[in-house]
Amino acid sequence: MELRPFIDYFSLRRLIYRFVTWMPLRWMTLAMLLLLTGMLALAQAFLNPYYLSIIEFIGIYIILTVSLNLTNGFTGLFSLGHPGFMAIGAYVATLLTFPVARKPLMLPNLPAWLAHIEIPFLPALITGGIAASIAAVVIGFPVLRLRGHYLALATLGFIIIMSNLITNLRDITRGPLGINGIPAATTIWLVFGWAVITVYVCWRILNSSFGRALLAIREDEVAASVMGIHLTKYKLFAFVTGAFFAGIAGGLWAHLVTAITPRTFWVPMAFNLVVMVVIGGSGSITGAIIGAAVMSVLAELLRPIETTLGLYGLIQLITATILIVILIYRPEGIMGHNELNLAALVKVRSFGVSRSPSAPEDAKEGENRRRT
Amino acid sequence: MAISIPYIIQQVINGLVLGSIYSLVALGFSLIYSILRLINFAHGDIIMVGAFLALFLSSSALPFWAMVILVGLAGCLAGVVLERIAFRPVRTAPQVTGFITSLAVSSFLQNLGILTLTAQPRTLRIPDFLSRITTLGPVGIRNIDLVIPFLAIVFAILLNLFVRGTKMGIAIRATAENLQVARLMGINVNKVIVVTFAIGSALATIAGVMWGGRYGQVDPLMGFIPGLKAFVAAVIGGVGSLPGALLGGYFLGLSEVLFVGLLPPQYSGYRDAFVFGLLLLVLLVRPIGLLGRSVEVEE
Repeated sequence: MELRPFIDYFSLRRLIYRFVTWMPLRWMTLAMLLLLTGMLALAQAFLNPYYLSIIEFIGIYIILTVSLNLTNGFTGLFSLGHPGFMAIGAYVATLLTFPVARKPLMLPNLPAWLAHIEIPFLPALITGGIAASIAAVVIGFPVLRLRGHYLALATLGFIIIMSNLITNLRDITRGPLGINGIPAATTIWLVFGWAVITVYVCWRILNSSFGRALLAIREDEVAASVMGIHLTKYKLFAFVTGAFFAGIAGGLWAHLVTAITPRTFWVPMAFNLVVMVVIGGSGSITGAIIGAAVMSVLAELLRPIETTLGLYGLIQLITATILIVILIYRPEGIMGHNELNLAALVKVRSFGVSRSPSAPEDAKEGENRRRT
Repeated sequence: MAISIPYIIQQVINGLVLGSIYSLVALGFSLIYSILRLINFAHGDIIMVGAFLALFLSSSALPFWAMVILVGLAGCLAGVVLERIAFRPVRTAPQVTGFITSLAVSSFLQNLGILTLTAQPRTLRIPDFLSRITTLGPVGIRNIDLVIPFLAIVFAILLNLFVRGTKMGIAIRATAENLQVARLMGINVNKVIVVTFAIGSALATIAGVMWGGRYGQVDPLMGFIPGLKAFVAAVIGGVGSLPGALLGGYFLGLSEVLFVGLLPPQYSGYRDAFVFGLLLLVLLVRPIGLLGRSVEVEE
């Protein structure tokens, strides 16, 4: 007779696997959202403001990397322009939410119509996002014809032009001094609300015919256009959607840090975003999230070392080294083109499940889940 | 601000000086691009490396010419080391990977500079004979403003002779034409690539000495924007073409200085926007540049 413990490890795994594959996807999503909400509520209740701000930064980086992935990962357009769009979103939102009473002190030469405007944060944020997407249309039409690293170079030029314009339009932006004393309106709920929206939108795009078209463009542009995909339209769509979320993230950033300068949204920011996307795995939404979280946490872990030992530049030095090592040894990043899949994660590790007599049944359940 | 003839001559000379520096950097850019189809962002930071080497050597008793040669040799070494460590392992990867690698190397060099030398700008002192003023007709010119274009032209001619006449130069041209076929013809492509990086980096470090000497300040982030602008120059002239790099460098240097010098002062803050606007314009109107002949830029 076979002796079995009541709960052996493999059957526990198997139970989780069965549960995960049986559960319809939308329940799963709901459960995940509830989990996230609960964790955020706990974080807000118990963490001090410093740790809370780190979590908020991670959320903002998630918005940025996931939306950047829309162009860089899925469409195969290597853009570095995100900081430029962030700058637009940040400055537009700031000018709209800045208290009218303090505007004459901070920006005495502001045009009259701007000096008397003060609107709530959320509409200001969305206006910033829309302004960024309008800029993306203007920039995108000419620039998206370029390929490979020429596109990267042109978008890099866009960042430098943007920061140059912001530095020089002193009446509106206060030039290199930047604007400070911005209302601290960003909350953890707003950040992760937008992060969830970003992930949802990107996921819906990816799993639609539209997203398939983007993937087709990434794999082979010529073949895609032969199949009847309108290249400019699709590329512009990906670019503009990404820019919208970058604008939102810029607004959130401005109202979290409460101070912005033209140098905030500069080349190192573009570099950091690229690092997160590449390390997470360009072409994967969950990869982008993992990349954003890992690199933000790493930077925060190293920050005390940097400041106490006075080794300024250490964080970026280590980031650059990690990127070079990743590019050499694992260029597809942590996730590659795959998504994190709870069922697969449980299954891969526990070979007991796949060998079990019920394996075909499991496969069928997996199929059902995909259909729901 | 009165626009007089001596003023314009002075501005043109400033433009030629800036153009010479851009040209030297752009030559290296173009050389590396033509072999590897790699946009090397880190090339700009080699300028910074050169300027710091000059800063350290300027306190020694070395004569100026020896310093330039020494810095150039150190530049060769830096190029070879970077190629070996960072660029060779990703050579067969997609184009964009090489590009990201060069971004990483650029960030690495900048932050290594900040970490070891601090971000504080330092002053580079040049020998007295270079800051003396020579009077030519109506204008007085600092000697360094004459030395820089002279050196740039000498190096360009040397590079041209090397590429046209020597066996290695012919190998470089063959590899630029077609790397696979060159390999089949028995050319040691690895060696060609190493030599290309060495020459390009040497030119960039020498440009760094010039930049530091001319503008007086040296700091770890100084190389990035000039490097990018030199790349703009290379694009204007036609990436991959050596005469194009030279032409583009002088064109960009002159137009940048004249943009600042001849327009009313309130526009001078927009010089970076002007240069990169020019880049966007060239990429859109004529992406192969003035003298380029590659058709792979866009479809």
